[in-house]
Amino acid sequence: MGSYIARRILATLPVLGVVAVIVFLLLRLSPGDPAAIIAGDHATADDIAQIRRELGLDRPLLEQFILWLGQLLSGDFGNSIYLDRPVLGLIAERVEPTLALSLTTMAFAILLAIPAGVVAAWRAGSWVDQAFMALSVLAFSVPVFLIGYGLVMGLSLGLDILPVQGFVSLWDDPLGFAAHLVLPTVALGLVYTALLARITRATMLETLNEDFIRTARAKGLAEPRVLILHALKNASVPIVTTIGTGIALLIGGVVVTESVFAIPGIGRLTIDAVLQRDYPVIQGVILVIAGIYVFVNLAIDLTYSLLDPRIRY
Amino acid sequence: MSATTLPAVAAPRSRPGLLRRFRRYPLPSIGAILLLALVVSALAAPWIAPHDPFEMNVVDRLVPPGADYTFGTDAYGRDIFSRTLHGGRVSLFIGVSVAIASTAIGLLIGVVAGYFRMADAILMRVMDGLMAIPGILLAIALMSLTRASIWVVIVAITIPEVPRVVRLVRAVVLTVREQVYIEAATAIGTRFPRLMWRHILPNTVAPLIVQATYIAASAVLVESYLSFLGVGTPPEVPSWGNIIAEGRLYVQIAFWNILFPSIFLALMVLSINVLGDGLRDMLDPRLARRL
Repeated sequence: MGSYIARRILATLPVLGVVAVIVFLLLRLSPGDPAAIIAGDHATADDIAQIRRELGLDRPLLEQFILWLGQLLSGDFGNSIYLDRPVLGLIAERVEPTLALSLTTMAFAILLAIPAGVVAAWRAGSWVDQAFMALSVLAFSVPVFLIGYGLVMGLSLGLDILPVQGFVSLWDDPLGFAAHLVLPTVALGLVYTALLARITRATMLETLNEDFIRTARAKGLAEPRVLILHALKNASVPIVTTIGTGIALLIGGVVVTESVFAIPGIGRLTIDAVLQRDYPVIQGVILVIAGIYVFVNLAIDLTYSLLDPRIRY
Repeated sequence: MSATTLPAVAAPRSRPGLLRRFRRYPLPSIGAILLLALVVSALAAPWIAPHDPFEMNVVDRLVPPGADYTFGTDAYGRDIFSRTLHGGRVSLFIGVSVAIASTAIGLLIGVVAGYFRMADAILMRVMDGLMAIPGILLAIALMSLTRASIWVVIVAITIPEVPRVVRLVRAVVLTVREQVYIEAATAIGTRFPRLMWRHILPNTVAPLIVQATYIAASAVLVESYLSFLGVGTPPEVPSWGNIIAEGRLYVQIAFWNILFPSIFLALMVLSINVLGDGLRDMLDPRLARRL
């Protein structure tokens, strides 16, 4: 057990290393002079030379990488070129809206998708199943901004209950916080729900064909008990794994949703950074997000190895 | 999605006619017809669009949908209907290009990873690293490196899609190379290129076609997201994402600016996805579990 956990944790190190290399090379391998790109269109040759010196871009590539990696490991993600402030601080300031939206979306999707997927698989082929699956492929295909603006338009026409733009911190105004999150959560949640419902249905279908389900039914267990305790519990590994890997998709959706609803989160930070060619910020965001992705998925794997002894290999 | 109700249809050796297959899968057929209509309207845009998509008209700013302008006009008095038709060309081009490029690159890397143990460990770690970065975020970062153009958008969307293809191809190659017929082929002295081309690669075709379809749908959606965020195709290109990005400023007073291109976008992504589901069910029902 202990060795499995140790091996699993060690296995994430190369992934994080590769992410660091990709992020490092991103700027260096871009066509054109990175210093000139950062300096912008109106920079003089002196400006460019100074930026090159400051960022160490005049040194050999390997030396740059080792230096940069050393800084990362000591928690120094560099300074924003545009705002001249530490990147990690900027990210920390923007983390609350993004984290809140991600968590509410995930909760919304799980609460909706798992029952829908279970029912669809239970009544496979019926009109309920077909309707759910048609809805899910629809929700999966509709762009987030169409649902988002549709909700905004609908509410601005009729009900004036919910705020349609912006974000309020939980610590300032808990009610306003919740109210501001409703529309973005529904807009983004529907997409994520579709993904989860499809996976839930597929895995449940497989599990419902197993012999132990027939046995459970044969010995007269009530159907809900069979579905939830016997089938869903056994189908949960792929479902939870999808929730974990789906975080990558979720983050992408969060970036767009933040833009639709003018939420000042990590997404806005990234887009602003791209428009200002603020590379340290872009690098920092990617590193932090990829790090979170890797650790969440590691945590999911480890939790499963604790709950399900078959998974230790 | 109907694979589960008709699991026996796609038995490996039965090959009923295309038309009969389509009759068994009404939803994918509708998707295919819808997609065909969108493709035709996009390709024929220069001839069927009633107005020049770039022609500005100061008098007719933000005109609601009506007789003169079917989908209304934007803030520069340009015809939304004509722009939407032309936008379909951009989306279609990007979707097809990304699907072909990521499939080709992924196939190459996947075969190498599946067949050469030495390369496998390194290549798959790189793919794991790429997959840890959310696709849109990676595409946004790639877009920031150079001046925006349709080609840069294609590259930026292709790179995050490659690892999924690599994993798929590698899994197929790893399974197939253990089969007895590969052993037999090797035993009678089949050389590597022929072994690959005749015995291993054909097994990747069905899953790759399905995967390429999903990638095309995703690429169309991601292009619109990038343009919507202002980091996609250059603003002068009438892509759906750009029309929507410009229209969002007037969403409260002229919703048709974002409504019609969004509907076209949704219909195209939907029809490709539905077609992908149908192809998956027809070509390889077992694939449903892996995807």
